[in-house]
Amino acid sequence: MTAEPRFRRLARFVSPADRGFAAIVVAGSTLFALLILGLFAELALGSWPSIKAFGPAFIWKSEWDPIASKFGALPMIYGTVVTSLIAIVLAAFIGIMAATFLAEFAPRWLSTPLSFLIELLAAVPSVVYGLWGLFVLAPFVRTTIGPALQHILGWLPLFSGPIYGVGMLTGGIILALMIVPTVTAISRDVIAAIPGDLREASASLGTTKWETATRVVLPAAKVGIFGACVLALGRALGETIAVTMVIGNRPAISASLFAPGYTLASVIANEFTEATTSIYISSLIELGLILFFVSMIVNGLARLMIWSVRGSERTAV
Amino acid sequence: MRDELLAAVDLSAYYGERKAVGNVSIAFRRKAVTALIGPSGCGKTTLLRCFNRIHELSFDARVEGSVLMEDQDIYSAGVDPMAIRRRIGMVFQRPNPFPTLSIVDNTMAYGGRGLSRAQKQERAERALRSAALWDEVKDKLRSSPLRLSGGQQQRLCIARAIAAEPEVLLMDEPTASLDPIASAVIEELMASLAERFTIIAVTHNMQQAARVSDVTAFMLADESGTGRLIEVDDTAKLFTTPSDRRTEDYITGRFG
Repeated sequence: MTAEPRFRRLARFVSPADRGFAAIVVAGSTLFALLILGLFAELALGSWPSIKAFGPAFIWKSEWDPIASKFGALPMIYGTVVTSLIAIVLAAFIGIMAATFLAEFAPRWLSTPLSFLIELLAAVPSVVYGLWGLFVLAPFVRTTIGPALQHILGWLPLFSGPIYGVGMLTGGIILALMIVPTVTAISRDVIAAIPGDLREASASLGTTKWETATRVVLPAAKVGIFGACVLALGRALGETIAVTMVIGNRPAISASLFAPGYTLASVIANEFTEATTSIYISSLIELGLILFFVSMIVNGLARLMIWSVRGSERTAV
Repeated sequence: MRDELLAAVDLSAYYGERKAVGNVSIAFRRKAVTALIGPSGCGKTTLLRCFNRIHELSFDARVEGSVLMEDQDIYSAGVDPMAIRRRIGMVFQRPNPFPTLSIVDNTMAYGGRGLSRAQKQERAERALRSAALWDEVKDKLRSSPLRLSGGQQQRLCIARAIAAEPEVLLMDEPTASLDPIASAVIEELMASLAERFTIIAVTHNMQQAARVSDVTAFMLADESGTGRLIEVDDTAKLFTTPSDRRTEDYITGRFG
């Protein structure tokens, strides 16, 4: 009663162009909300037979036997999370260092072409990474990286057992390569956007560039850099083809990173064409639904972390 | 001990091909406040930035001539600019505390390398007291500097600069972004700091120069846009009986 007349009065001042523009903007954002909802509904509907047949146990059962029509998602959830974690740890480390170098240390004649090259990495098709991973990286992991890691850290279960070349570590490394451009490019922009007067303030106190970068610039940029990592992690979770080509495609949970594994996205891509029974298809769709939730949970957690960081220094960003 | 701590000798500053400051020679008296005044674009800030070698951090910027600190040229080959910047502190036009460090950590950010934590804490307190900020922040030393008012932030920046125990304090329009009351506090502070530091302050506010400085230098850009030093004299004399016609025109408000 009170809100409506006020709204109408406001609307009278709005020109037709404004109204048209508002309609377009609203339509655009609603369309995407509807798409997400539709996607969710479709996945839920498609996986309904599987949900009915296996119940919530689908999530923690680790058997995946299409012949016996027994399906459990745990190995794929595990493989997805582990490969993505390897990827984000490697990519964050390398990407943040590269971004710091590009934004703070590199002279212009170097940083411009270097940035371009790094962004070019993002344009390489995923299947090309997969081929390279299969023919170059996997053998290299088998003969060099794997034995070296095992030599130093072999006492950890993570680095024990036989080294096949294809496996979760290789999958993680491939993913890292694919998401490094995202981390680097966004972090570089975030760092470059830190006001120059902070750098000058720091320099005027007689500090080295290194001290300025690590004590003033990077802390000021950390929320944005974290956002870059979250975006990259989202891509790692859903990446399909390159991982499928190097992870070994075995639905098993192994402590060793050298062992073959499987990811949610890989199973779907690999087995969809050969899924013959309706419960098989439905189980694959449920994997898609789980991937949807895993991505949402990871993004939610990341957002919570950003909020908690921001909360302590609300005005800083 | 010579009466002059810092001196520019035939100093020119460039941005690329553009000469922003041309052939300035000026000496600064120890423990006095020297004001650099002049209309916008006269090169006074650029000149100031040459004294702690911050100018050369700008893109494509360079300096010719020399700046002597106790007869040593700070631009000579073997000199470490970082060592110079520890002896010559700077306060900027806009308050720029480090946003991610607490109030006390801002003060101790780099001051007193190699001191113990307790010594640093003590030095931070001394710096905050010298900057007339201690009483206002002593109960919230661990909170963010961004919760302080603009004037308090600027005094924090002054505390940060003097915690490094420099000999010279460069101030680039330190009150330009502050309200009149906060400006008055900073001006008072400058007078008390002059007992310990040699202060060089850029200002476009002539009243401020007249109030806070012992010596005033007037700069003006020539027709090619290069900043020239027109006249330097005791503040009282420069504002009452300037010897150059252009100084008189400026201080009487005929231009600028």
